[in-house]
Amino acid sequence: MSDDATVHLRTEQLSAMYGKFSAIKNVTLQFPVNKVHALIGPSGCGKSTFLRTLNRLHEMTPGAWITGTVELDGQDVYAPAVSPIQLRRRVGMVFQKPTPFPTMSIFDNVAAGLRIHRKLPRTELAEIVERSLQRAALWDEVKDRLKTSAIGLSGGQQQRLCLARTIAPEPEVILLDEPTASLDPQGTQRIEELMHELKTDFTIVIVTHNMQQAARVSDTTSFFYLGDMVEHGPTKTMFTRPKDPQTEAYITGRFG
Amino acid sequence: MVGVMITAVIVAVLPLFLILGSLVVKGASSLSLAFFTNTPVPVGEDGGGVRHAIVGTLLIVGMASLVGVPLGIAAGIYTTEFRGTRLATITRFVADVLNGTPSIVVGVFAWTVVVLTQGHFSALAGSAALAVLMLPMVMRTTEELLNLVPITLREAALALGYSRWRTSLTIVLRTALPGIVTGVLLSVARIAGETAPLLFTALGSQFLSYNVDRPMAALPLMVYTYATGPFEEWHRLAWSAALVLIIVVLVLSVIARVVTRQRFGRNV
Repeated sequence: MSDDATVHLRTEQLSAMYGKFSAIKNVTLQFPVNKVHALIGPSGCGKSTFLRTLNRLHEMTPGAWITGTVELDGQDVYAPAVSPIQLRRRVGMVFQKPTPFPTMSIFDNVAAGLRIHRKLPRTELAEIVERSLQRAALWDEVKDRLKTSAIGLSGGQQQRLCLARTIAPEPEVILLDEPTASLDPQGTQRIEELMHELKTDFTIVIVTHNMQQAARVSDTTSFFYLGDMVEHGPTKTMFTRPKDPQTEAYITGRFG
Repeated sequence: MVGVMITAVIVAVLPLFLILGSLVVKGASSLSLAFFTNTPVPVGEDGGGVRHAIVGTLLIVGMASLVGVPLGIAAGIYTTEFRGTRLATITRFVADVLNGTPSIVVGVFAWTVVVLTQGHFSALAGSAALAVLMLPMVMRTTEELLNLVPITLREAALALGYSRWRTSLTIVLRTALPGIVTGVLLSVARIAGETAPLLFTALGSQFLSYNVDRPMAALPLMVYTYATGPFEEWHRLAWSAALVLIIVVLVLSVIARVVTRQRFGRNV
């Protein structure tokens, strides 16, 4: 599917369980660097669970566990020596609903991830915050009110703030869990445009319900159904000549 | 139907206004600066005050809060963080039972444990009883408010590389704090008016005292003693003391509301 040297993140026979229930079964996938990967499928197909295994957020749910492996740059992220906290610094995540920290200012929200790992001089911190907000296309809208509460922003702005907060510590991978599901069309468009720009610096994995979105933003697409990864390939091929009849049925809107 | 509901509302709030009204009518006349700054005088003389009881209530409730608030909040954090574990479930059950325990029973308990052990009544014993009453209230409030913080916020912090404890304290607890402060103030107001747990612990006193190892006056105790006493003057003082007590409780409740409103008002 892709040259091994450019593969950044991969899963091997990965299954994710909640107690006895398998949310995903034996998924083997490869994510090359600096590409956007879309995970599509009907609700409950396990795509979000799959995403959450990549930064080990899955295991925070009581009763959740996995078999198989997830490798980032050739290292098993579930190895005992790997701390999930360090991993999550390298693999950032943005959620479906905007999650700004309500007690923090806009500035502090963006700085939150930077502050936990090391103490930066004030000027350097301010520079990174500004750069992150610019990359999230939010700087011009908030530069005059950095000290005000993040709750005052609109939903779309909050989501871009979360994006800025995620990229501020310079992760390698960004996971997006239906990042535009709660946004209006304008907000959605801005996030989609951003993905094109951000993939030059990050490997992006996005879960989406919106097939047009997957077609617009992604380079490769994986179709999940009932916990199985049914089909994976370049987005263009998937949407024009799907191999699996289930994939075809889903993308043509016959179910899901 | 609407008429029935309006009647029900009126019946529900009527007692509060009747109580306030009668307290003002019967108590306001004896209120004066001297009432707050003086201590009691022998029966028959004019101008006795309740300074000793106000000081006593502040000390007893203050000491109880010093123990009850941090312990209650810590326990609330524990039962939220370790939800589903055996210890958390038992703790929650015990707190609920304790919440429903009549306050006089808690008073008897403090009498057995503190007063009998020490061999004398003391303000400390009263504080111990009030702290026991306060603990489950603060704990359950803390727990409920922490649970109101969306799980997505917790996950966002974890996904950013926050450790579990840092997430709990700097994100979840911090977000729930205004509500918790309100809950704490309401529970302080609640125990400030408790009489039964103090009857055989702090006991009450006619003198201004700062020695917490000795019996001490408190507003509700004073109301009880004076209202049931034989002298007309005492009855008047009891009414005024009751008015002061209810004002203190009302002010605490209002502060609690304002704290909450400010917090959320700024956010919207």
